Amino acid sequence: MEMAITGKRLKDNLFTAYCIISLLIIIVPLVHIIGTTVYYGAQAINLEFFTALPKPPGEPGGGIANAIQGTLVLAALTMAISIPSAILAAIYLAEYGNSRFKELIRLLNDTFMGTPSIVAGIFGYALIVVNFGGFSAVAGAFALSILAVPMILRASEEALKLVPKDIREAGLSLGIEYWIVITRIVLRTAFPAIASGILLALARIMGETAPLLFTAFGNPNFANSIFEPISALPLIIFIYATSPYPDWHQKAWGAALVLMLLVLGINMLVKYKYKR
Amino acid sequence: MGKKMKGDKIFKNITFLFALSVLIMFSLLFYKLVADSSLTWQKLGLNFIIGEDWDPLNEEFGALPFIYGTLVTSTFALIISVVLSLGIAIFLTEIAPKSIREPISSIVELIAAIPSVIIGLWGIFVLAPFVRDYLQPLLSHFSFIPFFSGKTLTGLCMLTAILVLTFMITPIIATIAKDSLLMVPEDLKEAMYSLGARRYEVIRHVCIPYAKNGIFGGIVLGYGRAIGETMAVTMVIGNAYLISLSLLNPGYTMAAVIANEFTEATGDLYLSSLIAIGLLLLVLSIAVNLVGRMIIWKWQSQAKG
Repeated sequence: MEMAITGKRLKDNLFTAYCIISLLIIIVPLVHIIGTTVYYGAQAINLEFFTALPKPPGEPGGGIANAIQGTLVLAALTMAISIPSAILAAIYLAEYGNSRFKELIRLLNDTFMGTPSIVAGIFGYALIVVNFGGFSAVAGAFALSILAVPMILRASEEALKLVPKDIREAGLSLGIEYWIVITRIVLRTAFPAIASGILLALARIMGETAPLLFTAFGNPNFANSIFEPISALPLIIFIYATSPYPDWHQKAWGAALVLMLLVLGINMLVKYKYKR
Repeated sequence: MGKKMKGDKIFKNITFLFALSVLIMFSLLFYKLVADSSLTWQKLGLNFIIGEDWDPLNEEFGALPFIYGTLVTSTFALIISVVLSLGIAIFLTEIAPKSIREPISSIVELIAAIPSVIIGLWGIFVLAPFVRDYLQPLLSHFSFIPFFSGKTLTGLCMLTAILVLTFMITPIIATIAKDSLLMVPEDLKEAMYSLGARRYEVIRHVCIPYAKNGIFGGIVLGYGRAIGETMAVTMVIGNAYLISLSLLNPGYTMAAVIANEFTEATGDLYLSSLIAIGLLLLVLSIAVNLVGRMIIWKWQSQAKG
């Protein structure tokens, strides 16, 4: 009897140990990634890093201003395409329509969420780059939208559905048209949840590299218009990290630190400002 | 009144068009990938999938090394990840003190937010040297197992890609497993405890069997993610057209070859073959994702009764 109980206690403790070790195996690399990025990244960063254009390998100095411009331009363009498209589609799914068609659209939207990001890049190339004058910020934003729209659409539809029916009925009983009830009252009520969906999509697309490789393509200079090739933080991290120059490796860490602060910052904002 | 109806109708039609655009984009995506890869399917047919040689200079295009690399890395990563995810999910639902469950969950979920190119950067400069200098000597004792028979000089090899993938998909599986375990009714557990059962017995005989299907759905979704992951794997797998059992040899994946060679593809058959790999990758990950989602939906509606 004694033996049996100690045996069971031992098994219980072993089991707890297995669970804690599993957690550590994941947490240790996470801490290490953040730690090394901050450590090496901080050494690369100074004022010039943010304001100057890249220099050829071996030449000291230079910065990543083109990539920062690119990431901001691509993010703005992608959001300009994705936010209205996704919210309008979500309104149809939440407020109107017959259920068969809606089921199909929902299914396809969920399927889009499983699309590998590199395939979104091929799509952007085949549809935009080939037909509309080559690599450009617009093509990059299109490829990123393929990833952003499904996320925003889903978050918006769920948010709209959570708005109580009474609010719509109250609006309608005042004689307000339904579409005005939706755009002025229902959307406003659902706004915090939709905003958190938008911000999460924004954080996701800012960190994406694969869709940009053959759409935005990269650019050693500033892009003068959205119809030119454009750089981005993830693109230069990839190019610099796989180059043979130690000088560029350090720049890659610097860019990684900037990108990580942006992406994790947005995630934190969602977590604390718009608690779901 | 008539005017009012008109505004409603226009707005409804606009929203309909945007909902419809999801269907249009989806059809267009498939159409484009099929049309732009048709040259490869016409010229090579099934030989494209079973061909072992990828030699663009001699116009030889066989995708097997990439299909093999994708399946091997994602499958090994999945196996390790399932073991870790279960431990993490159980820790977060049954073992950890209530006050630290929320913060630790958030930290685990944070992993999914880190851009994959940053994980790749860390993979090149930290994980690959670690695999070469520390894991490799350890594994050399097991070199009679074909998986560990090779040798890596750089650390850029399939094993490193597997570890990177494991790290990236574990939070996904662990989070879904945790949510599934949270749905286990409290009274079932209480009943077991009142019979004098130990914690691991309750977890093994009550919690896991009850949440089994939900966990399984999460595992399938994690697999879908592993198949499609591009940047981190491209940066650490070594990029060699090899079909080798040894995980210490470099390899290549479907996503990685597209990322590396697409802009350099000269010649119609070359480009069309890369797009054909993209089509295979899309079909594979959509199929895996749909299966995963269906399992989870079915289980959720069952569990909610």
